[in-house]
Amino acid sequence: MNRSSMWEAVSGIVKRDLLLAMRRRSDAAMSVFFLVIVASLFPLGVGPEPAVLRTIGPGVLWVAALLACLLSLSRVFTADYVDGALEQMVLVPQPLAVLVAGKVVAHWLISGLPVVLLSPLLGLQFGLSGDALGVLVLSLLLGTPTLSMIGAIGAALVLGVRGSGLLVALLVLPLYVPVLIFGAGAVTGSMAGVGGEANLSLLGACLVLSLFLAPWATAAALRIALE
Amino acid sequence: MQWGSAAEFFAMGGYGLYVWTSFIATALCMGWEVLALWRRRAAARAEQCAALLGDTDETTA
Amino acid sequence: MTVNWSKYSAPTAFYPLAGRLIPWFSVMAVALMGVGLYMGFFVAPTDFQQGESYRIIFVHVPAAWMSMFLYVVMAIWAGVGMGLNARLSFMMAQAIAPTGAMFTFLALLTGAMWGKPTWGAWWVWDARLTSELILLFQYAGVMLLRTSIDDLRRADRSSAVFALVGVVNVPIIYYSVQWWNTLHQGASVSMSTGSKMAATMLMAMLIMTIAFWLYSIAVILARVRCIVVERDSLPVWDEKPAVSQEVVEVR
Repeated sequence: MNRSSMWEAVSGIVKRDLLLAMRRRSDAAMSVFFLVIVASLFPLGVGPEPAVLRTIGPGVLWVAALLACLLSLSRVFTADYVDGALEQMVLVPQPLAVLVAGKVVAHWLISGLPVVLLSPLLGLQFGLSGDALGVLVLSLLLGTPTLSMIGAIGAALVLGVRGSGLLVALLVLPLYVPVLIFGAGAVTGSMAGVGGEANLSLLGACLVLSLFLAPWATAAALRIALE
Repeated sequence: MQWGSAAEFFAMGGYGLYVWTSFIATALCMGWEVLALWRRRAAARAEQCAALLGDTDETTA
Repeated sequence: MTVNWSKYSAPTAFYPLAGRLIPWFSVMAVALMGVGLYMGFFVAPTDFQQGESYRIIFVHVPAAWMSMFLYVVMAIWAGVGMGLNARLSFMMAQAIAPTGAMFTFLALLTGAMWGKPTWGAWWVWDARLTSELILLFQYAGVMLLRTSIDDLRRADRSSAVFALVGVVNVPIIYYSVQWWNTLHQGASVSMSTGSKMAATMLMAMLIMTIAFWLYSIAVILARVRCIVVERDSLPVWDEKPAVSQEVVEVR
């Protein structure tokens, strides 16, 4: 087992998942629609005053992105679990953690990246401008992959369990809190003139940490689920 | 002893509600936990007893 | 006379050992709680700034510390169970969770009781209270994972993985919320005792903490005994064999 075969395995998984997602485009669209709906609910609930919306905007957008990621978690492993492909993946010579990382990357490309790309438009709805929008996009770009990585742990733990939708939320939301704090903090920091760099670098650290640790925990959880 | 009277003790300088709620809640939670464990123990042993006696019934029947 | 500790890793051997230990820990817990409460109410002086409301710390701080200690201990047992594939380790982790959750709840409740008269708010988003809240969710996650999964082996291992992941999360939450508080001026209230504590106050708090520890050990040992019986890990009837004999005689 050498480097090139690992790379082939990962890229193979990513390509496969992307191809499967292309056949059911509704998955990607769902995350985006959910984001738009949730982000629209808040002004309707809070009132249209621009100052208020600008204050809550970063937090609301970040929470909406977080919830969109949470809802999409049920799709990371379930299809492969149901048709037996997951069991095959466990038997493959490449380390399961690497394959898992590939699956999560594909999942992010399908569900997370559209959120990042749409966020500037939603930011405008909340009256965010220029710099803040840039920081928002950057924070989501760093944060949503982290959320996918961490969320995969939860998805793997509840695979095939009844009531898993709510259970995965309870498991994963406490783990999402630091990412939310740094992500929303980056945008509010830039709006306050303090700059978002500190929070963004903390987000980057979270991303790196999750890239290294989360696939390992997810693989362990998958093995437990498949026993 | 620093309390002039029992009334002073219960009043806790005006904060009686907060102080006593805290301590009573703690006592209630601990008491409830012990009670629940007592009942759980009895239930577990009763079930084990029934299972064992059920087995003996079958072997002697 | 060296003790062969490894024999106690079997549930059947651990069960009577736990049974013998529980009375000792219970008595010591009650005694120390008595001492601690006496010191807390009758020896410790009135606080200059907070008046009598500060006395809540004699349950708030021990409960908060216990909630954190017990989570770490639970995670350790989870890790040992995963590493050694030992049933009893998983049973210990299972036994710890409810007590830890209870202390977390008490820490939050007594924290609110303390915060209201002292700082005028039932809740503040400082690092410590927010970490306690997240900790409660994590305890709930560990327990719900266990009850939602029917297969015992998978339930043990899944909640073990989550407990271990959660143990990493708590310090991260703590520092991230502290960071968050420093960035948002105005949210600078923290649930600390503020002024330096008198020696008697500290002593009473420490005694109550030890008392809570002893209580926890007693309760957790009792619970793990129940779990051992519930899992049918106790093939031999441990006390009162005369019962089955009586039934036979009646028949």
